[in-house]
Amino acid sequence: MRAAIAGDAAAYRRFLEAVTPRLRALARRGCQRSGAPEAEAEDIVQEALLAIHLKRSTWDSARPIGPWISTIVRNKLIDTLRRRGHRISVPIDDVIETLEAAPQSDPLERQDVERLLAGLNPNQQAVVRAISIDGRSVRDTAARLGMAEGTIRVTLHRALKALAAIYRRGDEG
Amino acid sequence: MKTDDLIGMLSQDAAVGRGYSTILAAAMVAGIAGAALLFAMALPMRSNLMEMMDTPRVAFKFGTAVLLAVSAFGLVGVLGRPGIAGRGWSTALAAMPALILIAIASELAVSPSSDWMALLVGHNAIWCLTFIPMLAAGPLALLLLALRQGAPGNPGLAGAAAGLCASGIASTLYAMHCVDDSPLFVAAWYGLATLGVTVVGFLLGRSLLRW
Repeated sequence: MRAAIAGDAAAYRRFLEAVTPRLRALARRGCQRSGAPEAEAEDIVQEALLAIHLKRSTWDSARPIGPWISTIVRNKLIDTLRRRGHRISVPIDDVIETLEAAPQSDPLERQDVERLLAGLNPNQQAVVRAISIDGRSVRDTAARLGMAEGTIRVTLHRALKALAAIYRRGDEG
Repeated sequence: MKTDDLIGMLSQDAAVGRGYSTILAAAMVAGIAGAALLFAMALPMRSNLMEMMDTPRVAFKFGTAVLLAVSAFGLVGVLGRPGIAGRGWSTALAAMPALILIAIASELAVSPSSDWMALLVGHNAIWCLTFIPMLAAGPLALLLLALRQGAPGNPGLAGAAAGLCASGIASTLYAMHCVDDSPLFVAAWYGLATLGVTVVGFLLGRSLLRW
């Protein structure tokens, strides 16, 4: 993470990949304990990853990173469960429908990509599509979309912030 | 979205902007500078500021205001970072009511009871209630902006701490103008102004600092 703070993309990727199983375990345990469907855990993992990303400057590199990560996951877990609390008020027929539908969806892809993308502006959509779904690098994307690399970076950063806001609104949005 | 795709996207955005501590420190410095400028333009210093500085009443007035600003600033720093317990700063803040009560008790002990009402009402309570929130507005706004870069687990509490810190800055400045030095006046009117700014900070924090 220290190398990642310095801007090393490869080290950062390794860090995120290393921390994800732990996030998943924390999120699953939280869901089980509160009776939330386990499929919801992956949303929490993604929200936590976005939060770790956008808030990484609040980690004091002189301290161990464990408590910092745990606190972020716990906050995201509480947020999600609170949102679920809102949904308890929907008619029971709807709930049965969601319960029946839930096991069929891919647990790794619960949040519909199209629904997430719909909340972004066209430029952000193009950049997110190219980088996340087609797996291109920033340089490739810049060449393909005919924009400067710096512009792509700024657009990507804003898109990530917008995505975090979309997650935060959850199913209410 | 697949989690792996998300990780790929995040790692492409690896460059980091300024750290949270830098932003917070900049907000504090700019907040103090802005409030000091406003104070210099709007209010004259009291004429005998320097010679009054070492009287116990004036020392108490400045001491509590500075302590409030410093300890609340420390708390803002801690509350914006996940996974840190800020016991030291909370203890410093929690000591303030005790300090104020001791000052009030001493004032009541040394002054005749016939003066109490006059000491409490003072000369300029309305100015105090007007200028402290005015001077606090800039620092509060800047601290809240800085906190948006942080990750407060309890947004309302973090906003309230920002309000306390801004009140501390504003009270320190206003005390250079104000000639009402009795702890009775300070506790009542500075206290009321601080409470108002803190409540505003809490409400703003609750709506602006969610992440």
